[in-house]
Amino acid sequence: MIRDITLGQYYQADSVIHRLDPRTKLVGTMVYLVSLFIFTGPWVFVTAASFLLLCVFLSRVPFSYMLKGLKPILFILMFTLVINMLFTKGTVLFSWWKFTITEEGLKQAGAMGFRLVLLILGSNLMTLTTTPTRLTNAMEHLMRPLKLIRVPVHEIAMMMSIALRFIPILLEETDRIMKAQLARGADFESGNLIKKTKSLVPVLIPLFISAFRRANDLAMAMEARCYHGGKGRTQYKPLKYKGRDFVAYFMVIIYLAGVILIGKFL
Amino acid sequence: MNEYKLIADHLIYEYNKGSAQARKALDDVSFVLRGGEFVGLIGHTGSGKSTLVQHLVALLKPDSGTIYYEGADIFEKDYNRKALRGKVGLVFQYPEYQLFEETVLSEVSYGPKNMGMDKKDAELAAYAAIKRVGLEDECFDQSPFDLSGGQKRRVAIASVLAMNPEILVLDEPTAGLDPAGRTELLDMITELKETEGITIVLVSHSMDDVAEVANRIIVMDKGKIVYDAEPVEVFRHTAELEAMGLAAPQMSYVLRDLKAAGIDVNVDAITLKAAKEEILRALA
Ligand SMILES: Nc1ncnc2c1ncn2[C@@H]1O[C@H](COP(=O)(O)OP(=O)(O)O)[C@@H](O)[C@H]1O
Ligand SMILES: [Mg+2]
Repeated sequence: MIRDITLGQYYQADSVIHRLDPRTKLVGTMVYLVSLFIFTGPWVFVTAASFLLLCVFLSRVPFSYMLKGLKPILFILMFTLVINMLFTKGTVLFSWWKFTITEEGLKQAGAMGFRLVLLILGSNLMTLTTTPTRLTNAMEHLMRPLKLIRVPVHEIAMMMSIALRFIPILLEETDRIMKAQLARGADFESGNLIKKTKSLVPVLIPLFISAFRRANDLAMAMEARCYHGGKGRTQYKPLKYKGRDFVAYFMVIIYLAGVILIGKFL
Repeated sequence: MNEYKLIADHLIYEYNKGSAQARKALDDVSFVLRGGEFVGLIGHTGSGKSTLVQHLVALLKPDSGTIYYEGADIFEKDYNRKALRGKVGLVFQYPEYQLFEETVLSEVSYGPKNMGMDKKDAELAAYAAIKRVGLEDECFDQSPFDLSGGQKRRVAIASVLAMNPEILVLDEPTAGLDPAGRTELLDMITELKETEGITIVLVSHSMDDVAEVANRIIVMDKGKIVYDAEPVEVFRHTAELEAMGLAAPQMSYVLRDLKAAGIDVNVDAITLKAAKEEILRALA
C-alpha cells in the first residue's frame, strides 16, 4: 500500500539518462517544469509530451512503472479536472440541472490535466534516474553562490540527503509496525475519524521512537568518523560535466526554443 | 471437527509485482498444521519464512492459493480476520519495536481489548499472560521501555499470548538474544506447548534452536518447502541443508565424527540430552 509512492525512489538501470550529471538533470527538469506553465496550447503539450517520452524511452524505466507514480495524485487530478470543467464560464456546450459544461471549461480542464501529469512524470523521471545522494550533491553545487550571503548550503544539502535516504526506510518501518499491531488485533479502518486517528497512536509512537533511535545512531556514527560540517570537506566523486551533458543541455535549449516558437506562433 | 487446524493450499506470492525487482517470495507452498504440534520453520535469510507466516494471519494475501483455518477460507470476503488474529497469534521479528504503552500491563492488554474484552477482563488476561512468560510482578507498572532487551521481548510475546491464541507463531524470537536469554526463551515456549497444548510454529534460521524442541521441521529454500518431516528425517540430509546455507545441529556433527572415528553411536540422536546418553552408552 505505502510502497506505491515512487517519489524519491531510485530505479536501478544502466542508461544514458542515469549517467547524466545530476546538475544537468536538475536544471533540465526545472526548465521543463517551467515550460509547462508558461506556455499553453495543444501543440505545446504535444511537444512537451514527446520530449518527455523520448527521455523516458532513453532512461529505460518501464513506462508502466512511471505511470504507477501517478497513482497518489489521481484524486487531485480528478478533482482539478471536474472543478475546471464545471466552473469555467464561456460558451455552453452541454447543460444538465445545475451543471453546465463550457468549451472553455473543457479546454482549461484538459490543459490543467496535461500539466499535472507531465509535471509529476517529469519530476518522477528525475528522482527515478538519480540517486538521492547525487541529487543533493547537485543542489549543493547549484546553490553555492548563496554561501556568499551566509546560507549554510552544505548543511542544508546534508540534511536533505539524509531525509531522502530515510524516506523509504521509514515507509518500510511504518508498514512493519502497522502489520505488527494488526497482528495484535488493531483496526485502522473502521470507526469515525476520531477513532481512526486514535488507532494510529500504537503506530506513531514506535515509529517516532525508532526514528529518534536511528537519528541518534547516525549522529554518533558521523561523529565517530569525524564529520564536522562542510568546511574543508572534499568529495569522493566530484561532479564533472562530460560530453553527454553538453549534448543534453543543447537538447534542452532546442526544446525550450521549440516550445517558445510553437507557443507564440501556433 | 477437522483434524487439521490450518491448511495452506498452494500459496504463491510475489513482492513488487510488475517491477524490475519482482521475485517470487513464496512459490507453491502447501502444508497442514495439526492441533498440539510444535513445528520448526527453518530457512536461510530471504527464503520466505516471514512472508509465509504473515500469510497465516492474513496480513498478506497470496497471489494464488489460499489458507483454511478450521475449515474456513481466511481470504474469503466476509471472513473475520481480526478474530483470526486472536486465534492465530503472530509474534513479529524484533517485536520489542512495536511497544508503545506507558506500563507493561496496559501494553499487554492492548491485544485482548482489541479482541473486544472489557477493561477488566483484558487486564486479567494480560496479568495471566505476563505470568506465563515468566516476568516478575514488579514489571507490571513499569514502562516497557525501561526493561532489558530480553524482558521487552517477553512483554511483546505476552501481548500476543494475552489474546489466548490456539496457534502461536513466533518469527525468529531468539534473534539478537544472548545464549542464556535464548535458552530461557526456548524453554518458556516449550513449556507453553507442554502445559497448555498451544500449537507452536517457531521460525528460525538456526537448526540448533529447533532441534531440541520441535517435533516436526519444515525447511524452506527460495520460497519453496524443501523438507517437511520429523527432525531426525530432516537431519539425514546434511549435505543438502548445507547447500542451502543451513546446517544440521551441532550434536549431529559430533556424533558423526565419533562414528567416523570408530565409536559405535547412533547418529540420529540430535538433542543434547539424547546425544549425551548415546555417547555414554557407546563408551560403557
Ligand atoms: N516488504 C518487502 N518488499 C519487497 N520484498 C520483500 C519484502 N519483504 C521481503 N521481501 C523479499 O522476499 C524474500 C523473502 O523474504 P522473507 O520472507 O523476509 O525471508 P526470511 O524471513 O526467510 O528471511 C526476500 O527475497 C526478500 O528480499
Ligand atoms: Mg524473516
